[in-house]
Amino acid sequence: MRNLQAGLKSPADLELMRKRLKEARGRRENYLAVCGDTGCTVWGSNTIKDSLQDCLKRKGFLEKVDIKFTGCLGLCESGPVIIVFPQEIFYQKVKEADIEEIIDKTVLKGEVVERLLYEDPTSGQKYIYASDIPFYKNQVRVLLGNNWINDPNSIEDYIAIDGYKALGRALTEMSPAEVVEEIKISHLRGRGGAGFPTGRKWEECYKASSDHKYIICNADEGDPGAFMDRSLLEGNPHAVLEGLIIGGYAVGASEGIIYIRAEYPTAVDKLSLAINNAEKLGLLGENIMGSGFNFYVSISIGAGAFVCGETSALVSSIEGKVGEPRQKPPHLVERGLWNKPTVVNNVETLANVPYIILNGAGEFCRTGTKESRGTKIFSLVGKVNNTGLVEVPLGITLREIIFEIGGGIKDGGKFKAVQTGGPSGGCLPEMFLDSPVDFEELKAAGSMMGSGGMIVMDEETCMIDVARYFLRFLKDESCGKCFSCREGISRMLEIADSIARGTGSLEELELLKELGSAVKDSSMCGLGQSSANPVLSTIRYFEDEYKDHILENKCPAGVCRELISFDIDSVFCNTCGACIKNCPASAVCEDKEGQPVIIQEACSKCGTCLETCKHGAVLKR
Amino acid sequence: MQDLKGDLSVLDKPVAGNNGVSLISAMHDIQEKYSYLPEEVLRELAAETDTPLIEIYRIATFYKHFSLTPKGKHRIVSCTGTACHVRGIEVVNTEVSRLLGVEPGSTTADGKYSLETVNCLGACALAPLVVIDGEYYGNMTASRIRKIIRKHDKKTEKTACSCSSSAK
Repeated sequence: MRNLQAGLKSPADLELMRKRLKEARGRRENYLAVCGDTGCTVWGSNTIKDSLQDCLKRKGFLEKVDIKFTGCLGLCESGPVIIVFPQEIFYQKVKEADIEEIIDKTVLKGEVVERLLYEDPTSGQKYIYASDIPFYKNQVRVLLGNNWINDPNSIEDYIAIDGYKALGRALTEMSPAEVVEEIKISHLRGRGGAGFPTGRKWEECYKASSDHKYIICNADEGDPGAFMDRSLLEGNPHAVLEGLIIGGYAVGASEGIIYIRAEYPTAVDKLSLAINNAEKLGLLGENIMGSGFNFYVSISIGAGAFVCGETSALVSSIEGKVGEPRQKPPHLVERGLWNKPTVVNNVETLANVPYIILNGAGEFCRTGTKESRGTKIFSLVGKVNNTGLVEVPLGITLREIIFEIGGGIKDGGKFKAVQTGGPSGGCLPEMFLDSPVDFEELKAAGSMMGSGGMIVMDEETCMIDVARYFLRFLKDESCGKCFSCREGISRMLEIADSIARGTGSLEELELLKELGSAVKDSSMCGLGQSSANPVLSTIRYFEDEYKDHILENKCPAGVCRELISFDIDSVFCNTCGACIKNCPASAVCEDKEGQPVIIQEACSKCGTCLETCKHGAVLKR
Repeated sequence: MQDLKGDLSVLDKPVAGNNGVSLISAMHDIQEKYSYLPEEVLRELAAETDTPLIEIYRIATFYKHFSLTPKGKHRIVSCTGTACHVRGIEVVNTEVSRLLGVEPGSTTADGKYSLETVNCLGACALAPLVVIDGEYYGNMTASRIRKIIRKHDKKTEKTACSCSSSAK
């Protein structure tokens, strides 16, 4: 099955291949990068890519200009996004009708199509080149940068940009202990959430003696609002794969498993192809590049359980069982998958490994803070102008991420909080905007780094509703093994529900705090231990909002349904009847004077009247 | 009713241990074929792998991806990730439930639509997001989803009509 005959016999073979690929690439510097990530494909980038191809073919330039259907280019908000190389001209919101002009003007003559340029949401300034746009300018795109120049389906593309060079170096010039040492010096910390030092984890597994060891790539990206791992796997699968192989070599594992969510079918496809291609070239399998090191990789698909992001639950799920965490120790590095020493690393952690081996730990350490080195990818979403995927040096401030890179709050709104760390994290208010983003700072503030979801919230987001949302999520996702987590979360949710309905009391608020710390102290795994973070952090920073719900029966953000109502202001209303026509609940009627009024008992509070009224006559209270 | 007894032909490898296919991936294959996990097939899987049926049931109900009841002909999947929540998916879901008369996780009486929620589809820039039969609809509002479902209804009715007329 594994075609070893045609494979690369040594790192020298790989270098020879790389040289050829680089030369070929140098001759074709004209190309178009069309973003093929989920965000842009929903905006229609598939059709854009096909039309570009058709258009080039019609004009007879297909041989001279390449089209790369790339991984995430970052600025999902403005999709479909394309970048014209070699100039790096950035076009956003491209439509089929624009294709001909892009080819005629930009590709063939180097002229710019003004209307497709990115316009800064606050200053209104237009930018021609991708690297000038504040969204990109303020990032350090060590991992994501390759997405621009890489077709994720092509192993040749990856090799041409020094792909698998780190693997070659590790296998021939370094002993496993030296690889472990290099990662230790780099201070690389796990990017999945907890931030455990990767080098130490590897060292423990390296030292464990066993006839068989495993290395697992945790791609069970369960945090809602986070999609960095998906984009890395879809945009640059070989980087993750190379990191996994190097990790396998370092800890002495001969088998790697990538555990990935069932919700990410595209990532599974791209990864399978990457594994296949690496096997064909002999970069994976028996006697990799003649080094004597054997390593095999398989994919294990999850089935939708948030708790499986916890490493012992993940291992149990790979074994085909229910994904319940177990008591540690024994740690997985002693007794993991099928009772063998196992090391589990996150996708982004592994993607950093080839960079460290290739450029040295010293180079990696130049970015970041003392305790948190390197870069981190965040998915910047919610009520922010430039929604998308950003990679920043650790230690950058939240303000820089949200206002400089993110372009500020959507629709001119006011910043209220930012949620980091998913269901295990917390909501941080304005006072933390100038705090550096690293593992320790976020933890001290009552949140955590988590896997990298960053959800921006404005004044129209209710903090009680957010806390309730995460509690509901965790109630569904708690495996139920520990009593405190199973029952504690349910009880906390009941209280949050009651506060959101306006029926809560101050005593209940105190009970909520008490319950939160009890669940935190008495649960076994990370899910339970951190489950109270969203509640406790919102109470800590937004207690007044809780009190508004309890004492005034008011939801200042206008979110909690039981506490809001819609009314029509007759001064502004011109009786056009749009609200009457569009109300799905038929709750808007005309009174005797022909003036529309909302019948409160029938109103489902969907907000359609507010959405459809062009005269600003519908009020939400 | 289709006779499903003993039909484990979807599995191309034996299930067991670390050299075979895990129960979870076997169940993935079964669900892919039938769009849900039929009881008869699960019973067969239990017998074949010498696993207590309750263990199979436990796995089937533990993981969100698995369903013990058939899905509707058309699947409406709404994303309830944090970004979608903050941007108002709940209003959209309530509207879908009201329109079709189904709660999330269930199927309409005529088997035409099922409404499912998923924790995060990872396309947060398009929030709030609804996927109907694999097609993504971003920036959803209550009134937009109404129009989309109506349009979808008309379209599927039309294809149903043309099918029956061509059958004549």
